[in-house]
Formats: sequence, structure tokens, C-alpha cells
Amino acid sequence: MFEVIFLQFLNGLDKGAAYALIALGLTLVFGTLGVVNFAHGALFMLGAFCAVTVRMFLTMETVTVDPEKLSPWGSPLEIREPLVQAWFGDFGAVLVNYSVPLSIIITIPIMLVVGIALERGIIKHFYKRSHAEQILVTFGLAIVAQEVIKSVYGPNPIPQPMPTDLRGAADIGAFLGMQANIITYPIWRLVYFVFAAVVIGGVFAFLQFTTFGMVVRAGMADRETVGLLGINIDRRFTIMFGLAAVVAGMAGVMYTPLLPPNYHLGMDFLVLSFVVVVVGGMGSLPGAVAAGFLLGILQSSASMNQVKAVFPGIDQIIIYLVAVIILLVRPRGLFGRRGVMEA
Amino acid sequence: MPKFMSRNDLLLFAGFSLVVLAMPIWLAPFGAGYPDLLQRFMIFGIFAVGFNILFGLTGYLSFGHAAFFGVGSYAAVWSFKLLTLDAIPAMIFAVVISGLFALVIGFLCLRRSGIYFSILTLAFAQMSYNLAYSVLTPITNGETGLQLTLNDPRVLDAAVGQGFVGQPVPNLLGQQLSGYAGFYFCASFLILGFFIAQRIAGSPFGMMLKAIKSNQTRMQFTGFNTRPYALSAFVISGMYAGLAGALLAVTDPLAGAERMQWTASGEVVLMTILGGVGTLVGPVIGAWIIKYFENILSALNDNILARFWSFLPEGVADVLVKVTSKFVGDGWHLTLGLAFVIVVIFLPGGIMEGVRRVAALFRRSGSSGAKTAPQTQPAE
Repeated sequence: MFEVIFLQFLNGLDKGAAYALIALGLTLVFGTLGVVNFAHGALFMLGAFCAVTVRMFLTMETVTVDPEKLSPWGSPLEIREPLVQAWFGDFGAVLVNYSVPLSIIITIPIMLVVGIALERGIIKHFYKRSHAEQILVTFGLAIVAQEVIKSVYGPNPIPQPMPTDLRGAADIGAFLGMQANIITYPIWRLVYFVFAAVVIGGVFAFLQFTTFGMVVRAGMADRETVGLLGINIDRRFTIMFGLAAVVAGMAGVMYTPLLPPNYHLGMDFLVLSFVVVVVGGMGSLPGAVAAGFLLGILQSSASMNQVKAVFPGIDQIIIYLVAVIILLVRPRGLFGRRGVMEA
Repeated sequence: MPKFMSRNDLLLFAGFSLVVLAMPIWLAPFGAGYPDLLQRFMIFGIFAVGFNILFGLTGYLSFGHAAFFGVGSYAAVWSFKLLTLDAIPAMIFAVVISGLFALVIGFLCLRRSGIYFSILTLAFAQMSYNLAYSVLTPITNGETGLQLTLNDPRVLDAAVGQGFVGQPVPNLLGQQLSGYAGFYFCASFLILGFFIAQRIAGSPFGMMLKAIKSNQTRMQFTGFNTRPYALSAFVISGMYAGLAGALLAVTDPLAGAERMQWTASGEVVLMTILGGVGTLVGPVIGAWIIKYFENILSALNDNILARFWSFLPEGVADVLVKVTSKFVGDGWHLTLGLAFVIVVIFLPGGIMEGVRRVAALFRRSGSSGAKTAPQTQPAE
């Protein structure tokens, strides 16, 4: 019994890590700019498609048709030669193998530019408007982003293989001194969890230990006073929006081997991550992270057969149910500050 | 003696009814004069009118209205299966059930306002959607969708000894509801729904809703309990959604869970915003425009586009076909999304505000020196 629960706990971690990363970005945007960003899921999806694009480029091949030889089903044999391998040899093969983690290098600048362009281009004009209008315009942007991706990459999910060294499962049970082969866990999920922990830790360290982060935190607490001190807080907040986009994009890149990305990936995650944000408390960064992991773990434990036997269908609705209860009894969320968005 | 309706209201209502009833005639040249599309115009018009009572008048942005729409559909189909194939009991049944459903959900959701309200409605709608797909399969028939079959009990039909041969279809007092009969059936409900919405907007109750929208706190400080008013608006708009869902089940007796998904709720938000939130006619026009272009644009393909651009030199035409083909066919949602973003940014009042601005422009240039047209809508 303990093993089952522990396994579900582990299973919840990677999903929870994805929720936490998206919710972290959402909260950064809400806490700094005060904008409810329904396009944040789309940023997650754009990140995932950065990985798809990188892999497409890396696996470009030259196809030469050899009319002499025939393939087993009778057509002329096509000789496919991956360009990267042709140019770089073994190093090229490594590049292709590690395409997903490598995409992060390219994703960071892309998402930074996308985020800053989005903020300067459109969202800037919506600070003074109501939350409803912010929701509407970012919802529209999310539709546009998703349809652009659909028209470029088609409607079907595009599987992304994980690096060969990181396939397979780790025997965590044996590592912790339990019986072997009881608790095994896919290595890539561990990688995802560690990656999320590093990113989350990095964001917190950035806010906590750098001057830039200190100014941003001061701006979150009292934007006007910071502005009166002669600091260009708007520019810093714009950069924070870019940073939130980068976090969402990286989360998307690393999630591709777990879930083949398709164009409505963003919408799927958006609803859940909003729920995560309100459960954690609007504007609370630790709340977003904690609620992300909490809901991920709750979701995977609700899909245990023992639980489903008692409450049929609970695994489908547990997240929303928790959100509804939290919102009704404690509107500022688990970690929300008193008075912030409590209405 | 208080007048029943002001002259302007009467004119608006009469004009609206005329436009709706004459639709098969004046829409024919636009390639939309066939019953199937016209029925959808009516159905989503009702949906949008009802949504506007909550969002436009009361100012609560719900992202979960598709749940009521879906519940209405399921209720109607169950009425066809269990009671009778007549449409009237199905409509009543659907409106009552979706109203009760809205009462429960509204009671919980309205404890919060603003973004929390939006997320609560979203959460409830997603819960209903997920449940409809999984545990509630005995009621909803899961992914297959709820359908009519020959061996449904249909107690009332059986009692009067009415048997059926072949595929059972809903009817109205024995009258088939296919084609234009179905359209006029839906149209009468749209006109009725529009009339009720008009009466609500002009009534003291409607004033109360508008006051909630403009400043809820002040309302509470003056001693009003705003909750019952907002809840009534929520239930009424839920009933409209249920009615629309039931009508969709009447014209096509099949109910699926996908019409409860939150993107379906998003669609009615798009309709309302595009047409003009807070106005009476705007949401209906928004619904018509979206459904019309959905129908027209998604039917276009590369061949039609090539013919359209054929007057240009070949190279230019090819490029234009490539570019425009991204916006039509399957990609028409891209056009919709772009149009929506542009409307929200530049024309927050939707098409109705655009019409008003153009009209004001003409009026000013027509009689210079005359005072500008009074704003019918207070600036928000």
C-alpha cells in the first residue's frame, strides 16, 4: 500500500512541476503588471513548438532515389541522409539525440523576444482597462497563437523522442533501500522535476538576491513609490513579462517528450494553471509553486483505483473541485496576502 | 397610466421581428438562405441574448455558459426519449432543468466577482464536461452522444397509441420540424427571447442589474442586497442557454459533451463582444456574423481562392492564394481570433459601437452645427 501511494506521489511530481512552472509565470505577470494573462498557456505551447522546430531542422535529410535498387515493397530505394550527421559525424548524432534539451538554448531568446513584443505591443495598452477586458484580449491572442501553430504544423500531435540515455526507468525503491523493481520511475520525469526545481529556484534567487529582483519586488509591493524614486519600473516589469514567457516556454520544451505537443496544448494547460494560481493565491509566488505540486499530486492520487472505487470519476474533477472549495472558503488562496484580490 | 412600451422600443422590436422573419428572403443572395444555417442563427442568437443579460447588463463574465447549453440539449433529448417526441415538453423540461442547474452553480459562483467568478464558472463547466465524458456516461452516453432510438419508451406517445416507423424525429403537435418549419419554430423563440430581454433591460429589475455592473459596492452601501438580483440574472441567462441547447436538440436530436467544453463558452463570449456587449441587438448580430462566416469561410478552399485571385498576374496570385488560404477553410478560427483581438483593442463596444460612430459621423457632417448625437450607452 505504501508503495502505491509513494508511486502516485512521484507520478504527481512531473505534472505538478509543469503546473508550477506555468503558474509561476502567470503569477509573475499578475504580480508585476496586474494583468490576467489568458495567453500564458499559448506561451507554453509556443515553447513546445520551438522544440519541434529545432528537431525539424536537426533531422533535415537529403533524399536521393536510387533507381538501381528496390525497397522491399518494390518502389525505388530512397537513401535518406541526415544533413547534421553528414556534416558533424558523431557529434551530429549527439545533437539530434539531445534535441529536446538543446532546444532550450534557442527557446530562451525566442520566448524573451515574443514576451517583450507581446507586452509592448498589446498588453501595455490594457493596464488601465478592466480585468474582463484583459481576459478577453489575451484570450483572443491565445486563439490566434493556437491557430497560427495549427496552420503551420498541422492539427496532429508531433511526438518528440527523449534522449536515448534518459529513456527507461530508475529503480527508486531499490535506491531508497526498499525491494527492487517495486517503485520504478521514468528517468525523463525525474529530469523534468529537477529541471523545474532549478528553474523555480533560479527565479526565486533572481528576485531575492539581485538588485534587479529587489526593485521588482519593491515594485510589486508599491509601484507608485518605486516610480517616484526615479526608477523606470515599467521597463523592469516588461522584462519580467519576458522572463515569465521564458519560464513558460522552457517548461513547454521539456514537457514535449512526456506529451506530444499539438496546437491546443496551451488551452488545455491554461485552464488548469489558472486554477493553480487561484488555489495558491493570486500574486503569491510560493503559493503558485506549492499549489502546482499539490494539485499535481492530488490529481495523480485521485486516479488510484482505490480512490476511484469510493468516489467514481473523482480523478476527472478533483482539481476543479479543490479550486471551487478554496475559492469559496478562502478566496485569497492558500498563500495569498490579505487584501490582494479578495473580492 | 404607464405605457407598456415606449415608441422606440416598439419600433426596435417590430423591426427586429421583421428582420428575423424575413431572413430566408434577404439572406438568400448572400448564400445563407437555407434552413439549416438559419436555424443555427436563431439558436446562437438566443444563446447570445441570454449571455448578454448576465455579461452585458450585470457585468459578470462567465466562462462556463456552454454547460447550461449542454444540459439543455441533454434534457431535451431525454424528454424525447422518455416522454414524447413533441418539442414543447422538451423545451419546458430543458429550460426548467438548466434553470435549476444554473441556480445551484450561480448560488456558489456569485459569492465571488471579477476574475474569481470567471474562474469558478470555468471550473464548474469543465467539471460538467469531464463528468459527462466519464462517470455520467449512463446519462450522457459519453463520446457517442445521446441519440434517439426506436425502442425508447416515450411514455406519452405510447399512451396515445402513437407508433413510429423508421427514424424517430422531434415534431410539434404532429407537425414535422424539418426545414423552414424548424426555422420558424426557432425564430419564434428568438423573437420571444428578444422581447423578454428587452422588457428586462427596461424594467426596474434591469436597472438594478445595470447598477450592479457600474458599481456593486455602492449598491450594497445604499442597502440593497445585490446577490438575489445577480442570481436571478444568472438563472435567466442559464435558462436562455438551456433553451438554445434544447432547440439545437430539436433540429438535430443528438446531444454530445463537446458542446459543453469551455471553448464553446468562449465562443458565446466572442459573439457577444463582437456584436456589442450591453446592447440588445449586438449579441444577436455577433452570433449571426460568426455563424455566417464560419459557414462561408470554412467552405472556401484553394481552388475557389485561385479563381478569386485569377485576375492578378500568376506569381502574385499564387502568393495571395497561399496567404489567404491560411485564413479560410480550417484556418477560419485564425480570422475569428484576429477579428476578436482587433475588436477588443480598437472597438470595445463591438459592431454596435462601430455603427454608432459611423452614424454620428454622418449626422455631424450632414448638419454641421447641430449638437452631436447623445450617447445612448453610458461610458464604462
